[in-house]
Amino acid sequence: MTSSLAATLEARFASKLESCSEAFGETTIEIRARHLPEVARLLRNSEDFQFDQLVDLCGVDYLAYGVDEWATEEATASGFSRGVEVQEEDHVRWTKPRFGIVYHLLSHNLNHRLRMKVYVKESNPMLDSVTDIWASADWYEREAFDLFGILFEGHPDLRRILTDYGFVGHPFRKDFPLIGNVEIRYDAKAGRCVYEPVSIEPRTLVPKVIRKDQRYDNDEAS
Amino acid sequence: MAEIRNYTMNFGPQHPAAHGVLRLVLELDGETITRADPHIGLLHRATEKLAESKPFNQSIGYMDRLDYVSMMCNEHAYVRAIEKLLGIEAPERAQYIRVMFDEITRILNHLMWLGAHGLDIGAMTVFLYCFREREPLMDCYEAVSGTRMHATYYRPGGVYRDLPERMPQYEVSPWKDQKTVDELNANRQGSMLDFIEDFTDRFPARVDEYETLLTDNRIWKQRTVGIGVVSPERALQLGMSGPMLRGSGIPWDLRRKQPYAVYDQLDFDIPVGKTGDSYDRYLVRVEEMRQSNRIVRQCIRWLRDNPGPVMTTNHKVIAPSRVEMKEDMEALIHHFKLFTEGYSVPEGEAYAAVEAPKGEFGIYLISDGANKPYRVKIRAPGFAHLSALNEMAQGHMLADVVALIGTQDIVFGEVDR
Repeated sequence: MTSSLAATLEARFASKLESCSEAFGETTIEIRARHLPEVARLLRNSEDFQFDQLVDLCGVDYLAYGVDEWATEEATASGFSRGVEVQEEDHVRWTKPRFGIVYHLLSHNLNHRLRMKVYVKESNPMLDSVTDIWASADWYEREAFDLFGILFEGHPDLRRILTDYGFVGHPFRKDFPLIGNVEIRYDAKAGRCVYEPVSIEPRTLVPKVIRKDQRYDNDEAS
Repeated sequence: MAEIRNYTMNFGPQHPAAHGVLRLVLELDGETITRADPHIGLLHRATEKLAESKPFNQSIGYMDRLDYVSMMCNEHAYVRAIEKLLGIEAPERAQYIRVMFDEITRILNHLMWLGAHGLDIGAMTVFLYCFREREPLMDCYEAVSGTRMHATYYRPGGVYRDLPERMPQYEVSPWKDQKTVDELNANRQGSMLDFIEDFTDRFPARVDEYETLLTDNRIWKQRTVGIGVVSPERALQLGMSGPMLRGSGIPWDLRRKQPYAVYDQLDFDIPVGKTGDSYDRYLVRVEEMRQSNRIVRQCIRWLRDNPGPVMTTNHKVIAPSRVEMKEDMEALIHHFKLFTEGYSVPEGEAYAAVEAPKGEFGIYLISDGANKPYRVKIRAPGFAHLSALNEMAQGHMLADVVALIGTQDIVFGEVDR
């Protein structure tokens, strides 16, 4: 069933698809941001697709994709240290724009799923909202805005949703530290809560390593 | 002429009927709601970001803490996403154990929901009755994993260990004499499966008790019939799933439509509502408890007849046994690698969803080939449901907001993540 979905997608959208792939029985398409409203509307309304529900929408920051924290190919003199520093210049494996927006669609009538990906540049992280196509996009787009700083044009009420009132920054970006930038405490003298720069050091317990595994080499081709 | 103006009212964040930490800003016209604006995120722990910073297996425990009344179902989605990327599969016995615990979890969740929902809208007794039945199920969690709530029992490749042959026993203490202890231990003499079977024998009659208390109860009906009606079209548009969708009359259940684990080999029915109001969703969930009971019984029968391994023997993913590790060099290497850096998952992305008690709980996992996930997105059913609260609440009375939060089965662990 899924393979026929991929074929139909290619037949219907042809030039608008950047890519169409299948893995683990899931179909993924990538499209350009400017085609998004048109493709999304067709995916919902067309008899062949009938994607009547937007199950999930999320942002992805590809800044550190494929960047490991510990050399695995060769030995180093310093060995393993806990204060791992990410090497920015290693960032070569990701060639597409930095932010991805991933839509998971589900059709209840035809019982199939589709993953749709759109990429936006760091300099202008903006794309059209799909709230008028799927109402459930409302909060998901607010979440992607809050956590990644992606802007959705046409969203009725693009406010922060998960972070605190008055929060600065977009915490799920890869360059936002896990421990955050500020900490809060109650100042008895001032009689209110005060924000201060964090006083703890970031620490990596297990470094991120990428191991090449021959057993999966055949799968990677797909 | 009297001056008429709308009120803006604050509800929560600490309110006994908010099921956690929900702040609602309500705009009222008299006592009628014109707009409900939920402010969420008060329980936001950045689970997804935390998961990016640690090896895959260390995040299983975080999954329990998302929807903290349906723990094992969340684990199931997470381990299934990892298994998909790794290309491994759990042994059949592990699949049956998972399904059995998923259904036990569903009963646990629905009991919690029924009790809390009842309490919110004025039925105190149900709450106590429901917690009576939760107790033996919690004991099953404890017997199998060591904890009553946050089990961390499922692992990629199976479950942590096989079902115990013996249930833990009560002991005599200053508060419990020998006679009490004997009574409490009466159904704990056999294996864990015997204990669960004893529970499933009793349980349908207990569900009848709840129904006696509520189903034809005049007050219960006044508070739920016609409250929060969602049409099937809107339910789909608003991203609803699980009982919220079935209550609106759409017969959609992932266990049946996109079967995972061993659900395709089990016999059960999918209850569907008619009108899409709170009362229908109540009926759907109560029937689901009966169906879960049926599934648990089928699993018990299968598990009795089919002993076998509960974990894959792929030692690239699962640590070898202690004995093996002491005697075999390669096993020692596997052990060392798994406990220092964990396993690396091949590059790719996968979405795995399970029919959690509240709806479709999905994990979208991206791996860049490292020993930590590159991105984990948790698709929590409650998040979509709560976003529909504004639409559901409009035109209802202030007191109905509590009934709506109850009927949506909101738990903030998963909404805020």
